[in-house]
Amino acid sequence: MNDMTHDGYVTEDGRQIGGVMMEMKNITLRFGGVVAIKDISFDIREGEIRAIIGPNGAGKSSMLNVISGFYTPSEGEVWYQGATRPMMKPYEIARQGVARTFQNIALFEGMTVLDNVMTGRLTKMKSGLLSQAMWWGKAQAEEIVNREQVEKVIDFLEIQNIRKTPVGRLPYGLKKRVELARALAAEPKLLLLDEPMAGMNVEEKEDMSRFILDVNDEFGTTIALIEHDMGVVMDLSDRVVVMDYGKKIGDGTPEEVRNNQDVIDAYLGVAH
Amino acid sequence: MLYRTAGQFKTSYKKDQALFPVRQDATLLALILGLAWIVFPFMASEFAFQTLLIPVLVYSLAALGLNILTGFAGQLSLGTGAFMGVGAYACYKMITIFPEMNLIVAVLLSGFFSSIVGVAFGLPSLRIKGFYLAIATLAAQFFLVWMFEKVGWLYNYSNTGAIQVPNIDMFGVAVAGPLASSVTKYYFVLFIVTVVTVVMINLTRGTQGRIWKATRDMDIAAELIGINLLKSKLTAFAVSSYVVGVSGALFVFLWRGAAEPNLFDISLSFRVLFIAIIGGLGSIMGNFLGAILIVALPVVLNILPELFGIEIASATVEHLNIMIIGSLIIFFLIIEPHGLARLWALIREKLIIWPFPH
Repeated sequence: MNDMTHDGYVTEDGRQIGGVMMEMKNITLRFGGVVAIKDISFDIREGEIRAIIGPNGAGKSSMLNVISGFYTPSEGEVWYQGATRPMMKPYEIARQGVARTFQNIALFEGMTVLDNVMTGRLTKMKSGLLSQAMWWGKAQAEEIVNREQVEKVIDFLEIQNIRKTPVGRLPYGLKKRVELARALAAEPKLLLLDEPMAGMNVEEKEDMSRFILDVNDEFGTTIALIEHDMGVVMDLSDRVVVMDYGKKIGDGTPEEVRNNQDVIDAYLGVAH
Repeated sequence: MLYRTAGQFKTSYKKDQALFPVRQDATLLALILGLAWIVFPFMASEFAFQTLLIPVLVYSLAALGLNILTGFAGQLSLGTGAFMGVGAYACYKMITIFPEMNLIVAVLLSGFFSSIVGVAFGLPSLRIKGFYLAIATLAAQFFLVWMFEKVGWLYNYSNTGAIQVPNIDMFGVAVAGPLASSVTKYYFVLFIVTVVTVVMINLTRGTQGRIWKATRDMDIAAELIGINLLKSKLTAFAVSSYVVGVSGALFVFLWRGAAEPNLFDISLSFRVLFIAIIGGLGSIMGNFLGAILIVALPVVLNILPELFGIEIASATVEHLNIMIIGSLIIFFLIIEPHGLARLWALIREKLIIWPFPH
């Protein structure tokens, strides 16, 4: 690994990675008798693209759900931006700057692309029910300011031509992109992507990879992602956590992980 | 050709987000409002006011209230009739306790009472969804109607157990009660319905509307993007019950003139639900289309045999009505399950590109 100090490190392509933004400390997650995650610790640094990989059922999605607050860990704690995160509702965590996409697309099917992306900005919209009922004035001004921000995201992800289309009519690849747009509209500090390339063809994967790198590069957003396509993971990410059966079996740069014997065993299997 | 949008360019987000981005829609609405505010009052007969115009408006408002809850926020409710009753009884109590009260104020305030009751019965929605929630609101339906019957204070201990609308003046004009003329009643209802509809359009087109629709479409994702589901569902119950309550007050004070508890029973709830579904869930305009269909159809079917000089016994007409309306409802739901509003949207989309659809 490159010179790793407390304050961060510089990547091979010259990006400065900052200090620790989020740290998972000895996280264990149980569902009744099933242990989904067993005593896992790792950190996510500011400005980094951090991947979580592992075979099916390794507990990756559960881990992402712990980070986004959908699951509360049975043991251990989550340290975020300088403090231990207390028990919080998922919507409160979203307001702290954590946005995510879903493995199975979770868009609002009855709304247009524009409205879907606008929902990403709900945490920024403050006008009360009464001023909304009046519409003219504060509510309208707020709507326009946020629309401008949303249009930037729409331009960035190149979905201008479908902005008034109901989401239900879109093909799969575009839906994934709209979901990313919704997450980006919230201007997150930490962006969680759950299998952003699942079910895509090579071309769509290339597009999505480009968007992920651009988001990281232009907005400086920290990204944590789960992905099965090893080529993509190794090319995109700065550091990789490898999980298997709920345990962490590797952590480091793509190069280090690739040469880790435990990781090779987990993926290829070993004779017992 | 009528719906040509060519040449209408939007140069700001404000213009793009206008209520009617297409000029023809605004013209059409102006026409309808002109009809409702100016032409109908001059043309309509006493019969038309009592059987068509006023009921259409009242039912539209009730369906609009239900649509906020079911169509926009995705929470099923079967208690609409009872919530209308809460509005009506609240208005009755206020008017009898403070006879000097302005009726507009009384009607608008009565909505708050049903709002409170609605929120109380909406609390289970945080735990249960869909049909199970519908059953919980069904409990509200039966409980409230039972209360209208048993609590004498609500109907001022009258012998009949019914509430009777007294004569109410506003600025020297009789607006409700036996002395009021149908035209004044109509204008009163039209005014309230217009105001409430504008407010609901504003609420559903902006932030709150998106919060409700997000809750309806995918509640897990909604919570993870920062929506407080508890608040979202309860505001839906509050706003919806408010509108339903106001419509209930209008129902009794400006249309029926008197009410017994069983007026607000489950069949009223279903009637309003039918209007909302046939009109189109998640639409504002649909409520009006649905109400026109459900209210006007029986009247038209009653008049038709006379027009053609066919003599049918009135009981037969009544039965025919029920059969025809029932089959029409099924027919509409098969050709357009998303209601009349969607049907209109499709026609409009086709008209915009007509006659060159490719």
